[in-house]
Amino acid sequence: MPTDWTVRAITRAMLPVLLVLTLVEIGSGLVLESFAGELYRSPSLLVLVPVTIGTAGNLGSVLAARLSTSFHLGRLSFSPTDDRLAGNAAATVALALSVFPLVGGGAWLLADLTAGARLPLEVVVFVAVASGAVLSVLAVIVTVVATYGAYRFELDPDDVVIPVVTNVCDVLGVVVLFGVVVAVV
Amino acid sequence: MTVREVAVTAYREGVGALATSVLGGLLAGVVLSGMRAELQAVPGLIVMVPALLATRGNVYGSLGARLATALHQGLIRPQVRVDDGRLPRAVAAALANGLLASGFAALAAFLVLAGTGRCVAGPHVLGAVALLSGLLSGVALSTLVVAAVFVGFRRGYNPDTLVGPVVTTAGDVFGVAFLLLAARTVLLVADGGCW
Repeated sequence: MPTDWTVRAITRAMLPVLLVLTLVEIGSGLVLESFAGELYRSPSLLVLVPVTIGTAGNLGSVLAARLSTSFHLGRLSFSPTDDRLAGNAAATVALALSVFPLVGGGAWLLADLTAGARLPLEVVVFVAVASGAVLSVLAVIVTVVATYGAYRFELDPDDVVIPVVTNVCDVLGVVVLFGVVVAVV
Repeated sequence: MTVREVAVTAYREGVGALATSVLGGLLAGVVLSGMRAELQAVPGLIVMVPALLATRGNVYGSLGARLATALHQGLIRPQVRVDDGRLPRAVAAALANGLLASGFAALAAFLVLAGTGRCVAGPHVLGAVALLSGLLSGVALSTLVVAAVFVGFRRGYNPDTLVGPVVTTAGDVFGVAFLLLAARTVLLVADGGCW
């Protein structure tokens, strides 16, 4: 449904969701704070934070946009044997596996140039790739569940799914990074 | 199409935007890593970081999507015209919502940390950093989003596909850079230590 172009109407449509998402993100900030000591000691891990959560959100939102379009065109069924669903899910994992080694290497190099990296390159790359692999699977699950939920509740997936998926993946990005850092470093 | 064909198409179409946002994310990370002194000087600031960055994406991504749809529908024209009130109102609404969400993030971070008895900077310090960075990045991002959508539309690109990568990349970089600037500015006039 189109909103009127007044500050009041736009705010009424947007602010409630925005405030809920802000609270969700404060949750991810609290997780971030819980391993802040490790992040301050190892600049390369701190460099990884925005790129990991941003990439997780992007993987989810690109998949969500594609599934929404397929859904609107009537080409999508929510069956595990659906070729379009399986192909898009496989592409999401493949994208993560090809991008996260560069993320890890880039984070290590930039940290080393600016602050001096404390952790060895292979550890940072491992942290990035392990986080990325787990996150891509989670992004697929979250996106499919959110798109299916929008379809069941007869909401337009374009309006609902992308903000939900982006913000949930942000939070998962921090949680997964935290888990991998605790396990590895 | 087979699973493999679907996957190859989706991969090809996704890799460019993803690589762009990875570059933006890495730049934002370098700035964040250069901000360790401020993060430690203002306890509670790191709790707000994901919320403030997400607000940039949510608010200005939505502004871009709204402008793109309106261009497609012919509701607005790709010119910054003074006599058409729609564009300034949409930008004003985005700025107002961005500031409200930033202030709310500061308040929520303060209440949670103070409520659990942890060291946190005063609500006026967190609030000032959140609002100042929200204002600066809001002005920069709304200018950039309007320019990208209008110029893209005039040159024949689909503005819908421009908005996502532009906002995620610039949102992270501007978001962190202005957060650093805001934290340094506020620390000049206020004490960031435990309240």
